[in-house]
Formats: sequence, C-alpha cells, structure tokens
Amino acid sequence: MTAITGRVRSAAPAIVVGIVLLGAWEGLVRLFGVQEFLLPRPSSIATALGEQWAGSADTLGTVPLREAGLNTGIIAVTGLLLGVALGVVLALVAVRFTRLGEAFTPFAVAVNATPIVALAPIFNAWFGLTSAFSNQAVVLVVVFFPVFINTVRGLTDVHPDQLELMRSYAASETTILRRVRIPNALPFFLTSLRLAAPLSVIAAIVAEYFGGPQSRIGPVITQNASFARYDAAWAAIVVASAIGLGLFILAVAIERFALPHRPTEGE
Amino acid sequence: MESTTDATEPAVAIRGVVKVFGAGTDEALTAIDGIDLTIAPGEFVSLIGPSGCGKSTLLRLIADLLPLTGGEISVFGKSAEAGRVDQDYGMAFQSAGLFDWRTVAANIELPLELMGWSKADRRARSAEMLELVKLPEFGDRYPWQLSGGMQQRVAIARALAFRPRLLLMDEPFGALDEMTREHMQNELLAIVADLDTTVVFVTHSIPEAAFLSDRVVVLSPRPGRIHSIVDVPMQARTAELREHSEFFKTATEIREALRAVEATIPSAGAPEPSPSTGEAAE
Repeated sequence: MTAITGRVRSAAPAIVVGIVLLGAWEGLVRLFGVQEFLLPRPSSIATALGEQWAGSADTLGTVPLREAGLNTGIIAVTGLLLGVALGVVLALVAVRFTRLGEAFTPFAVAVNATPIVALAPIFNAWFGLTSAFSNQAVVLVVVFFPVFINTVRGLTDVHPDQLELMRSYAASETTILRRVRIPNALPFFLTSLRLAAPLSVIAAIVAEYFGGPQSRIGPVITQNASFARYDAAWAAIVVASAIGLGLFILAVAIERFALPHRPTEGE
Repeated sequence: MESTTDATEPAVAIRGVVKVFGAGTDEALTAIDGIDLTIAPGEFVSLIGPSGCGKSTLLRLIADLLPLTGGEISVFGKSAEAGRVDQDYGMAFQSAGLFDWRTVAANIELPLELMGWSKADRRARSAEMLELVKLPEFGDRYPWQLSGGMQQRVAIARALAFRPRLLLMDEPFGALDEMTREHMQNELLAIVADLDTTVVFVTHSIPEAAFLSDRVVVLSPRPGRIHSIVDVPMQARTAELREHSEFFKTATEIREALRAVEATIPSAGAPEPSPSTGEAAE
C-alpha cells in the first residue's frame, strides 16, 4: 500500500506538469488563433484520434490507426528483438575471441556514428519494397550498435581482483564468462535496452517514409499531411509516441525486475 | 577438504625466484631478482617494503597468477600451479571484490559452488563462516548494504570457506579506517589460529606487520630483493599488545629496516610513501 501511494506521489508532479502543458497548448492555440494546419489543438488531435482509431470515419484511403499502429509496432518489436539478439551474440563472440573483438569493435563504433536510417532506400532495393524485412533491417541495424557496444563494455569491465580471484579458483574462461562476465554485463545490457526500445520505433517510422506498404504509421502521417489533415497526422504521431513510450516502459520494467538487488534511486 | 599439514614440509618454499615483466623486450622490467624464503606451516609472514619492491608480485607468483621467470616456488611440496589447481590457498585483496549480484552467503559459497559442493553443504559452511566473521545475520543481504569493514570480513570468509591451508592477502585492510583496521586484525588472528592457517600478508603498515606477524620480510625495490627479515617475539597477540614495549620495539626494528631500504634507493626524492608513518594508504 505504502509503495503504491509512494509511487503515485512521486508521479504526481509529472502528471500535473503534463496536464498544465496540454492546457497551455490548447489555451495558447485558441488565444492566438493559430491555424489548424500549423498546430492543431490537443482537443482536435484527440477527436481525430477517436475517429481514425478504428477507421469508422472518412480516412481518405489511409488504414485505421489501430491497424497502422499494430503493423509498425510489430516491425519495431521484431526488429528490436533481432537487433538485440544479434548485438548480444556478437558481443559474446567478441569477448570470447578477444582478437576478433579488438579487430571488429572500431568498425562497430565507426558505423554507429553514421546515420543508419539513410540505408532505408538501399534496404528497400535489397530486400524488396513490400517486404517487412526491409524496414525490420533498418531497426535491427539501429538497435544493434548500442546493445553491442554496451554489452561488450559490461562483459569486459570486470574488476581485475575479481578475475584474479576466479583464476585462483582455477576457473576456466567459460566459467568466468558465465559466473562473472555475464552477470556483470546485465545492468549494461539493460541500459542499452532502455536506449534501444524507443530508437526502434523511430527507425521503423523513418524507414517507412521511404516507401513500402501504406498500412503503417509512416505512410499514414505523410498521406494525411499531404491532404492537409494535420489533426489526423498528429493523431498518428500520438500513436507512434505511445508505442515508443510503451516499449520504453517495458524496458524499464524488465530492468527493475531483473535487478532487484540494486539500490533504487533515492534509497 | 580439510587437510592436516605435514610439520616437516614447508607451507611455501621460494628458491631463487626471478620475475621479469616484458622479458626480451626493450621495456623489460625486473620486478624480483633472486628471492629465497621458506614459510613454515601455521606461520604468519608479512611482506613489507616501498612501492615497486615486488611484494604484490611475489604474492601473485605464490598464487600462480603470474608465471615465474626463474627459480621455483613450491606450495606444500607441490608446484605453485598444482597448489592453485588443488585450491590449496585462499586469496583476499584490498578491494573486497564481492560480486554485487550475489548475496553475502552466495559470495562466500562461490568457491564451494565451483568445487561442486552440494547446496546443503554450501549453506552449512557459509552459515558457519558468517558466524566466524561475526556477521551471522547478514547472509541474505547484498554487498552494497554492508560497510567497507563488513565487506572485507565477507571477503575473508570467502577466502577461507573451503578451509585452505594457506591464505594469501594483498593489503586486505588498506582501505579501512584505523579503528576498523585494528578490529579486523584481531579478528583475522583469531580466525587463522582457529583454522590453523598459514598466512602470507602484504602490507604498507608497520604497526600492522608488527602486530600480526611471526616474521616480517622487508623488501627493497628495483629489483625486488629481501633486505632483511625481522623476527617478532612470540607473545599473546591481544589488543593490549599494541601498547606493550615489545610491540614498539618490533615496530622500530621494521621502521629502521625500511629506512635503510629507502637509503639504498638511488633517485632519492622520488615520491615514495613515507615508511616512517607507514599508515599512508597508497
């Protein structure tokens, strides 16, 4: 009980600020008579969201937001899972075979610094414009690097005394990996997951802008914008934000669940 | 795992040991040059000397954590490597080195787990060790919930959990405050007397060496050699000893040996920790 009331109390300031910001947005747009195509009022966006969600109103040929959100969400989540899996596996390989890791890591860092979403049209050409994998691949590559780099750091950033201790137990490299390096890397990995989760939605939508099936959030935004239906475009953005936020909260929940022994902030 | 020590066989025999880091390269550094030392079972031997004297290196050579360049080291009549593989020694460092994802009890049980002990045996032993280091209520806590002194006690419990005949310690109390440190020294002596453990103890602190040891080995640096060995008279090592004239006599003897070592260092004025205080943490 106290934990729940405590959580509500700690969330209260954020909720108040959120309501005030939405109220100010609504009020200022009304007060200064800002044109709807520049910035629709939150109430118009909410109305558009209600109309477009199930597709009952005139959607000008775009799919209902529920369907577009589901499609984009699936691409983001599957791309995220693939990227995370690849990042973890290659991190383990890089650490187990140190030479290989040392040779590979600078390239990983260099590629990480390049804007990967720029590859989306190339992937469309490689994997086919209608293939979901064209977009999943963009998400995969975007997600891969933070996961790979953080996990490698967690696997290698072990206190030298702890390694000497394990060697004094005559522990094999495999045992050290399992008993020390992997548990040591877990917080690093979970941090990267928290970074990667919202990135996956951004990558999916940017990739969708470069063409492909129309039944996804990216095309719904561009189509509504080109028909000057900005309230509907904003409604699609709200759906995209919700997916990103949902994945982020899920990542935070996994982190809390997997690291119960960590001191929580403020304790 | 309990073993009786053969009184005729030294716990550690070090003969003509040489350690060169980066041997054969331009940056070859002779850390240890010709050390002979024999440690009897049940003996408490401290290694003291200015930084660069190779005391930690010598400890790691005994532990077979570093390869020898020359000479030989035997642990209970076996090679150092066999000693490591057979888990003849436990080890504790200045950092407690506890694994923060494991509870205190699980940290103590780690070596037992690696040795394939059953869960019930591990539980029983960790409970026993926690009793021994006076932390019986803390088995289910995590390391971050413990003070530095408590963490170090857990590290000692872990090092001794499988009842090794030899305990190798590298400045284990170096990061603790003076009162905690003295308290831990008393406890360590009680524990190793209880378990009849041989101890090789690296330290910077003159009072610590004088209080704990049967013999204090004073090392000189670059390359590391034995300068002299101070024999500590047999006496009850109680808290009162710290105020006893015998204790000050031993401390003075160690201090003078360290001064003599300092005098041999060619580049005088190098920022070495002053051996006259000996308390300065590195």
